[in-house]
Amino acid sequence: MTHRILIADDEPNILISLEFLMKREGFEVTVARDGIEALAAIVDQRPDLVLLDVMMPGKTGFEVCQEVRAQDALKDIRILMLTAKGRDTDVAKGLALGADAYMTKPFSTRELVVKVREMLGSAP
Amino acid sequence: MNPRNRPDRRVLLALAALAGVMLLWAVASGALVWSTLEPAERGLVGPLIGSRLALAGVVLLFVLMIAAVGINALYRQYIVAPARLLDDARIVLGTDVARELTPLGSAENRALTDVVSGFAEQRAALRADIAQQVRDASRSIEQERSRLAALMSELRQSVVVCNLDGRVLLYNNRARLQFRALSDAPSVASGAELIGLGRSIYTVFDRKLVAHALENIQQRMQRGVASPSAQFVTTTRAGQLLRAQMTPVTAGGADGENVTIGGFVLMLDNITRDFEEDSARDKVLLGLTEGSRASLANMQAAIDMLDFPDLEPAMRERFQAVIRDEVGALSTRIRTLADEATRGLKARWPLEDMLGEDLVSAALRRIETLPAPRAQADEVDSALWLKVDSFSLLQALTYLASRLADEYDIRSVQLRLQPAPQGGRAHLDLIWQGQTMSTETVMNWQMDAMTAGTERSPLSVRDVVERHGGEFWLERERIRHRAFFRFLLPLAGERDQLDAATIVPLGSRPEYYDFDLFQASESSRELADRPLTELTYTVFDTETTGLNPSEGDEIIQIGAARIVNGKLLRQESFEQLVDPQRSIPAASIPIHGITPDMVTGQPTIDTVLPAFHSFAQDTVLVAHNAAFDMRFLQLKEGRTGLRFEQPVLDTLLLSALVHPNQESHRLEAIAERFDITVIGRHTALGDAIVTAEVFLKLIPLLAEKGIHTLGDAREAAQQTYYARLKY
Repeated sequence: MTHRILIADDEPNILISLEFLMKREGFEVTVARDGIEALAAIVDQRPDLVLLDVMMPGKTGFEVCQEVRAQDALKDIRILMLTAKGRDTDVAKGLALGADAYMTKPFSTRELVVKVREMLGSAP
Repeated sequence: MNPRNRPDRRVLLALAALAGVMLLWAVASGALVWSTLEPAERGLVGPLIGSRLALAGVVLLFVLMIAAVGINALYRQYIVAPARLLDDARIVLGTDVARELTPLGSAENRALTDVVSGFAEQRAALRADIAQQVRDASRSIEQERSRLAALMSELRQSVVVCNLDGRVLLYNNRARLQFRALSDAPSVASGAELIGLGRSIYTVFDRKLVAHALENIQQRMQRGVASPSAQFVTTTRAGQLLRAQMTPVTAGGADGENVTIGGFVLMLDNITRDFEEDSARDKVLLGLTEGSRASLANMQAAIDMLDFPDLEPAMRERFQAVIRDEVGALSTRIRTLADEATRGLKARWPLEDMLGEDLVSAALRRIETLPAPRAQADEVDSALWLKVDSFSLLQALTYLASRLADEYDIRSVQLRLQPAPQGGRAHLDLIWQGQTMSTETVMNWQMDAMTAGTERSPLSVRDVVERHGGEFWLERERIRHRAFFRFLLPLAGERDQLDAATIVPLGSRPEYYDFDLFQASESSRELADRPLTELTYTVFDTETTGLNPSEGDEIIQIGAARIVNGKLLRQESFEQLVDPQRSIPAASIPIHGITPDMVTGQPTIDTVLPAFHSFAQDTVLVAHNAAFDMRFLQLKEGRTGLRFEQPVLDTLLLSALVHPNQESHRLEAIAERFDITVIGRHTALGDAIVTAEVFLKLIPLLAEKGIHTLGDAREAAQQTYYARLKY
């Protein structure tokens, strides 16, 4: 079964690459361009994993994460937060609000793929 | 009774006793002789003696007189003289009068008089000595106080000292300027409604905030911290950010025990600007890190994708477009950040504000001390305020001038100061006629350590320029056959210029301190029961368009002075013209001297009255013929919503109370009676100051009449004849 991934980021320049990468890795990919869209897509499509940017218009990644974790039905959805905020306080906040993992921009796409596979529990 | 003129009873008694004894002795011896005689002898002797009894009486009387003289002399010598000495000694003991004691009576008594005189002299000398010591001590205390006040007034940090009730005992000029910036109506009251001796610091700071800081200090003191202090940051009503450092003023316990807090020192920093600068710097930093991280992530992801060998050309083109786009964005960001950052970086070295003209003339003087060249001023913009480290900058100018003379034989130079066309900076040029040098030489001159005459500096011109966040270069004017070194220097910010310009020249010692207020404490007594000498007064006067506020006459000027602790504070005055928004009758102009063009552009009563209301807060109002001025203030209550509810004293009524028989109680007449020099009469402030001086003279005279408290004064004033007059 192919895993479904939602990529939520407001920057088209990163969406392009991430979408391409994830499709290439064999995942079924949808994208969202702001926080509100992301939350709607999560509820709608129940992806297996969300790549969630922190700084988005509408709702921040933190808010989206918190609202997802507040709904029992969505509790199996893995969340990997991506952010340019590099402070350890931000990492702590993200994890506290229910993110499963956290990666600081810039990151290596190879590590990202490894992380995603690890979180989905699937071999490459 | 004077013992010299009339004999004492004791003398008469002694004489009578002597007479009795002598009589008794004569009778007894006569009787004894008589008893031994034969009857025949008795018959013979009896008539013999009987006929001579009168003679015996005379002899007896004679003896008695001699005895009386002797007794009297003895009495004078041994009774009267000591009695007089006793009286004199008592007087000397009981009074301060220095008087000569006349030695009288016996030798012992004379000696005793000298001893008493000696004691009296010794006492007088001791007293004089103590008085001298007290005078010296108070003079040195006074000197110390004024030294402290002078020091405080020169400090660049603003300092306010308060007693435990939060009343201001001391503040310096810097604090005055700072509070001016905090004032709601800076143009009207200049912050004098916020800071002043005896005023409460709680009009500026939250009482709880100060109490909390004091508590912290007390706790630290109890724990035995050596120099306890506390810090707090607060925003003011005007939106400024103030950082206050509080240090306690302790009293007693030289051994460190039983130390009590008598007050506190506040050192204030207006950190609004620092805070803004810090925020701006943080924004720059954040923009650099977070903004760049996102860009880098985008690029890295795209580059990673480009690594796939099987990429289709269309996709490859898209990833390359991403990289081009992000590189462009990153470059733009760094450019803007760099611009902002250099603006923030420029003033790391503590630079001072200096009028450009002053810098140029100082530089000319310095260059003139060199053997060559001669120096003159070229065009100098006299309005420019620079932010400079003048010492090192003057060294640089002197160094360059001396090197021009030594190596290029330049005999004369000019200095020019002009604003730079791009704004925010100035050009300071060192100009000379004739030969110029290569760019390489200029570079060397910049890098060499500076020397001029005998003066050596470890700095180079480049260091000096960097210290100012400025630039330095050589320009050539071929047509005019001359060249100049140009320094690009920062200008002082507008607010800095204002600060430097408003520092008042210190003619007389400003009354910025009153340590006697340390003893003053918030009396729990009702205001009416408090002594007149202890109260704080606002003495004020108004000039008006006419006499009838109810018929449309308006205030055109308010002037006021403060009396704190029995002292008139000229520094803390209030004077403001008011636009009456109506015409000023020509007939009234000679009285107040205020012409219509003087009030145009002045604030209206709606702005001035609130400022005056704050100025007069927590004080007793004093005015001459107060009812008149109060009517004008009260008629505005409805419009401004400000009520002047504080007690009011009227110097006219008080004067009538003290001198009921004087015909005139006009301010001039009273001032003349008290010998007060009247300056600037018939300006509101001038009249207010005269009224204040009159009031200060009235207080002791009222006390002689048994009027000591505010309540006494108000009650007595009401009863005077003048109180029944309607104005």
